[in-house]
Amino acid sequence: MSSALSPTPTSRVGSFTAEAFQAHLASLPPGLPSWWLERKRAAYERFASLPLPVRTDEAWRFSNIAGLGLDGFSASPARQKAPTVSMGIRKSARLTFANGTLVSREILDPKLEARGVIIDSLRNALVRHGDLVREHLLAQPSRLGSAKFAALHEAFLADGAFIHVPKGVEVEEPVGIFSYALGDGAAVFPHTLVVAGENARVGVVEYFGSGSDEETQFAVGANDLYAGHGAQVTYAGKQDWSHRALSLQLNSTVVRRDARVQSLHLHLGGRQTRHESLSQLQAPGAFSEMLSLSVAHGEQEFDLRTLQVHQAPDTKSDLLYKNALLDRARTIFSGLIIVDPDAQRTDAYQSNRNLMLSDDAEANSLPGLEIQANDVRCTHGATTSRIDPEQEFYLQSRGIAKQQADELLTFGFFEEVLNRLASDELHAALRNLIQTKFKH
Amino acid sequence: MAEPDQEEAQRAAIEVDRSKGDFKYEENYAFDAGVGLTPATVDYIAKVKGEEEWIREFRQKALKIFESLPMPTHWATTDLDNIKFDDIRYYLAKGQKPVRTWEEVPDDVKQTFERLGIPESERKFLAGVEAQFDSEAVYSRMKDELEKLGVIFCGPTEGLRDHPEIFRKYFGKVIPAGDNKFAALNSAVFSGGSFIYVPKGVKVAQPLQAYFRINAENFGQFERTLIIADEGAEVTYMEGCTAPKFETATLHSAVVELVALKGAKIQYVTVQNWSANVFNLVTKRGMAEEDAEVRWIDCNIGSRLTMKYPGVVLKGRKARGEVISIALANDGQHQDTGAKMIHAADETTSNIVAKSISVGQGRSTYRGVVHIPKRLKGCKNNTECDALLINTNSRTDTYPAITVRGDRNYVQHEASVSKVNEEMIFYMQQRGLTEGQAMSLAVNGFINDLARQFPMEYSVELKRLIDLEMEGSVG
Repeated sequence: MSSALSPTPTSRVGSFTAEAFQAHLASLPPGLPSWWLERKRAAYERFASLPLPVRTDEAWRFSNIAGLGLDGFSASPARQKAPTVSMGIRKSARLTFANGTLVSREILDPKLEARGVIIDSLRNALVRHGDLVREHLLAQPSRLGSAKFAALHEAFLADGAFIHVPKGVEVEEPVGIFSYALGDGAAVFPHTLVVAGENARVGVVEYFGSGSDEETQFAVGANDLYAGHGAQVTYAGKQDWSHRALSLQLNSTVVRRDARVQSLHLHLGGRQTRHESLSQLQAPGAFSEMLSLSVAHGEQEFDLRTLQVHQAPDTKSDLLYKNALLDRARTIFSGLIIVDPDAQRTDAYQSNRNLMLSDDAEANSLPGLEIQANDVRCTHGATTSRIDPEQEFYLQSRGIAKQQADELLTFGFFEEVLNRLASDELHAALRNLIQTKFKH
Repeated sequence: MAEPDQEEAQRAAIEVDRSKGDFKYEENYAFDAGVGLTPATVDYIAKVKGEEEWIREFRQKALKIFESLPMPTHWATTDLDNIKFDDIRYYLAKGQKPVRTWEEVPDDVKQTFERLGIPESERKFLAGVEAQFDSEAVYSRMKDELEKLGVIFCGPTEGLRDHPEIFRKYFGKVIPAGDNKFAALNSAVFSGGSFIYVPKGVKVAQPLQAYFRINAENFGQFERTLIIADEGAEVTYMEGCTAPKFETATLHSAVVELVALKGAKIQYVTVQNWSANVFNLVTKRGMAEEDAEVRWIDCNIGSRLTMKYPGVVLKGRKARGEVISIALANDGQHQDTGAKMIHAADETTSNIVAKSISVGQGRSTYRGVVHIPKRLKGCKNNTECDALLINTNSRTDTYPAITVRGDRNYVQHEASVSKVNEEMIFYMQQRGLTEGQAMSLAVNGFINDLARQFPMEYSVELKRLIDLEMEGSVG
């Protein structure tokens, strides 16, 4: 189950010692606001004092705790030249990071800056738009069990992407963000913060990748989405880290009045991946659609934890997480819907579907509800099964070979999620990525 | 709101029921282990009961486990911390031996059971009655023909003393002392309960029945039940529980083990209506061999906190397990119930249907485990949990955990939360029902398909209890 590559967690800080933190602070450029440096110091203290998860932690039930070793990584990996990966979709802007450093910033739609759209590195934004960043940067609570890793992220966060779309502005093409971990032992802390003002509209496509599948790496990323009143935000993240990487991605979404957020996370890479996704529906009319697709093969573990919090009446959330499991892979889906006492007329849905494609794979499902208001419509469902033999038979009876039939049915399994995307281009790009993973 | 007359009549009808368990008699116990729990308490119980040395050792070992295990508050409610183990009496008895005829039962005890309505139900339906008053069974009776068939129905002391060749093999095997903190506690201080053996091929047509009752304040009741259905045997067991109200909280912590050998069927029915100060922390598990079936029908209406997740270990090929669960949580109550299905053989199937109703500030929780850990084939589980919330502040939670390995099994889980349909209530009110009556009818409709699975007198009782609990919940 646990890979021999991971050392057992021996200390609370591993490679992320006080010296490593001092070195990280020293590497930051001058001129960063003092509140930010203070927060980083406080975060490091928190990280160092919090214990690593243990087997009895409910938030880590079924997780491979032994795979969470913090040793053997470089907290400030050397600069490297970034590879170029094309996602095959049109973009309005493109930011590329390698080992935490911005390597390129291309604004492809010249109208953006004139309309006040900010697409910049977090470093620049901290200096130029300090108040705006301060209001939103890592401002949401850590409620899904990774407070220690959230603190680690904040302490060692060197740079990331900051996107702000002002009131009423609509960005036509998505913004692309590429984050790479390069070299053996690299620890990276990718960060994306999207703030959409009132009635603004923006899409973000993010890609995470490594130099090669042989590199042992550690990624602790965060991506926070904030949708102001009436805003529309779509987000698609494709995680394709090295197959020897330990990855934690902490995602938070805040949805204000009449705003809509759609997020899709595609999980392909990593040795062990934990993904936490928190959606907070804070005002009437808010809607959050949470989608995820995982293709788990080899000995991969995907540990997906979600929380839908309905904090106001007349809010809606809809979650669909699908996992396909091959070989000896493991998946964990743990989802919770919380309806606060006053959040009447909540409409919440949560669904986890596991497709078993191997006799050695293991799927764990923990779909949960905590409801404290009575006028609600909340349902959840979880199924785990193989390909429907009747459908397989139908295709075979039409002359399609079994292997091809299974492949078609597996892709069909994912189509239900991909069909939710408004962009055909993105739909096609994601389908290609999934098929590529299947074919090797 | 209801018309005053109607309301009065309803209340009158209800108050008779309400007082049913709300009385007690003087306590004068010949054997009393005192308050608190030490190795000496455990020795005292073993000595009073005249148990063999291995049982005493089993108890002492369990006590050590109980002391070493933490409270499970990392996942369960912190209300558990309000149990004062040092203030509880762990054993009380009047020195009575189980007697066989109703006439021999002491008058005050008889009065208690008279009020609980046992003799009538016995005359009507029951094949055997085992009533537990505090720690020991005082009245035990079975129809002669069952005895002739070789059916054994006694308490744990008699079972382990008189039939060790039958009971010792399975005692503490389905639920070992170390299973959880409260199973360990029960294993240390158990007294009373039912030990039942149904021989090969014997199908007991009438249900066997037991009533449990807590009479003394600060008393913990720790009954222990072991039911063995030999190959091809069939039996239904029913238990009902009540307790009078006391100022301080009381603890009930039972262990129930069921063993269904090849082709056997066991059905275990519970209607739990402890008073609202009882901590009801019960471990129930059945083991089903090849082609066997274990079915739990579990209804929780009373208690302050119930934590109970009846389980089935599906050990033999084609074994079947089922849990039908109804929970009703009113103000100050937390019904934390659910089911566990452990699939350990090919082609085993399990079904869980749970419905809960939360009234006022009541909280109901479904917690479940479905485990298909090995590379099995043809296993199936179906789980359905539905929650009904009556008032704006009512609360419900659902926490299932499902593990499946391999691609030859099929598991599905569905849960929903809703409130009573307003149009339905409006329709009924328009036809002349009061809001309270309409609500009762709607709630009874919600659980109707499950209530029908209860034996008739229990389903009638259940309906009445629900009417009672729903009264005053609206408006």
